[in-house]
Amino acid sequence: MKKLILSVLLLNLLAACGSNPPKEEAMEPATTSAAEMSNAEAEAQAAADAQAAADAQAAAEAEAAMLEKNSVYFPFDVDAVQDADRETIVNHAEYLASHPDAKVRIEGNADERGSSEYNLGLGQRRANNTKRALVLGGASDAQIETISYGEEKPRCSEHNEACWAQNRRADITYSAK
Amino acid sequence: MRRWLLLCLMAFMVPAHAVLNIEITGAGEHQTPVSLVRFAGDVAIARGLLDIVGNDLVRTGLFKLVDPAGKSPHDPRDIRPSEWSGVEAVLIGSIESLAEGKVAVKFRLIDLVRNAELMSQVVTAKEDQVRAIGHRIADLVYERLTGSPGVFSTRIAYVSRDQGMYRLVVADSDGDNEQALLTSREPIMSPAWSPDGRQIAYVSFEKRRAMVYVQSLTSRQRTLIADFPGSNSAPTWSPDGARIAMVLTRDDESQIYLADSNGGHLRRITYSDAIDTEPSFSPDGKSLLFTSDRGGSPQIYRVSVDGGEVERMTFESGNAFSPRFHPDGKSFVFAHFSDGIFHIAVYDLDSRQTQILTAGGWEKKPSYAPNGKMILFASEVQGRGILATVSSDGRVKQKMVAQRGDIREPMWGPFLK
Repeated sequence: MKKLILSVLLLNLLAACGSNPPKEEAMEPATTSAAEMSNAEAEAQAAADAQAAADAQAAAEAEAAMLEKNSVYFPFDVDAVQDADRETIVNHAEYLASHPDAKVRIEGNADERGSSEYNLGLGQRRANNTKRALVLGGASDAQIETISYGEEKPRCSEHNEACWAQNRRADITYSAK
Repeated sequence: MRRWLLLCLMAFMVPAHAVLNIEITGAGEHQTPVSLVRFAGDVAIARGLLDIVGNDLVRTGLFKLVDPAGKSPHDPRDIRPSEWSGVEAVLIGSIESLAEGKVAVKFRLIDLVRNAELMSQVVTAKEDQVRAIGHRIADLVYERLTGSPGVFSTRIAYVSRDQGMYRLVVADSDGDNEQALLTSREPIMSPAWSPDGRQIAYVSFEKRRAMVYVQSLTSRQRTLIADFPGSNSAPTWSPDGARIAMVLTRDDESQIYLADSNGGHLRRITYSDAIDTEPSFSPDGKSLLFTSDRGGSPQIYRVSVDGGEVERMTFESGNAFSPRFHPDGKSFVFAHFSDGIFHIAVYDLDSRQTQILTAGGWEKKPSYAPNGKMILFASEVQGRGILATVSSDGRVKQKMVAQRGDIREPMWGPFLK
């Protein structure tokens, strides 16, 4: 079952890699509503310039924003990367592929429903599977270190599902050069 | 670095007093009525001793303390059994001050039913070792009256987490006299005692991932014994102290390995594509119990230390974690997780029956006292981790609530040789 989920994700990943996912889709510059101006041509030119500048800035911001989303989440006692996190994986895999000098550390975590040692193993598995997904997406093995904190560093410490869901995750963090 | 070391040493030498509230529930099937008479000699020391012996005995649930009601014999000849109706044994003694701040404590345990002396001993120690003397006396009283050695002189280890600081703590079995062996801003896990009680192996994240260290309690020197890529964890000593079993993820999955106690001569024991963890040696050193999810959910399995075939032990609904053999090797204790709560449970190898010992809650990481009569585990009160014990028959329960901090990962130490 776990392996099936993973392989479905990998298929999706491969498909995503082939089709170069559009990165600009969310970028609607906020300064294009000057509809009352009388000189239509000047208006169009100004709008185009603004658009180009905004696009460049937006692309840089988008890349930063994409990489800022650096956690993937897991259901209870599951270690397969979920389809819901496909975009996060694709973004980081592509970034790593295009920046061969970049290095990441993946920290696996678990909720507290298990022994601390079992959870350490589960967190490691989550980190390892996240790494596999990144490598399949184009990152290289040598760019990625995996470790586990198990249940030792909970983001949230109450005994409820809302909390546990936050703690069942793997964090992808870039090493400072 | 040097300052950090110094801080650790200071923490070790200046023990913070653990302010513990101990709550006991339940009682043994039979409670032996015992009278403790305050010893002759230095009144302050005598009071201190009486408190420690009394608390130790009461906490087992196996004894009822009977007030001597003004009688204060210090010699067996002064005891008239007719004056002690309802009392089965009486402890008497005296304290003699010696040179260089030492004291000699003489004590005798009299069986009032058979009118016989059960023991007569002298312990010499420094005045500031009153606690140790008290625990020693309680051990001997317990042994004479129950037939099993007492464990009041043994020690426990646990991890305390308070305001982002982790401490590896060693304390007396009653939770008092705590001393920090290691203080760190990163997590500490899974303390494990060497069979001679002189070293502790543990997992520390101080180098930003789980690595296994072995540290001497006397010299405080420590050795990093496993720092393979990924996680290095779950150390446990073989009964002869020569080897350590631990869990490494260097070959991807968490698998069990055996090494010399310095980490050398590493040999892989389990081969699965599952999480195999929490190894625990059988008392004869020939096999290991461990937690594995190879069957789909975490359960307890057994494997020979030579590797080979693996036998599944538990078939519980829910999950089973953290197995530890009873010192007699005939049963093991584990943490059972079902319907959202943990219980401490015992599995009997002959009858293949599981007995739930506790009411349930956030109860994890059980370990036996070395006499097999009590189980120490991590529990919780109002969201804070605490130490708790339960007698191995499930009758007597005890919670030790510290004033602050979060206590985790307890492990009962061995008899001190």
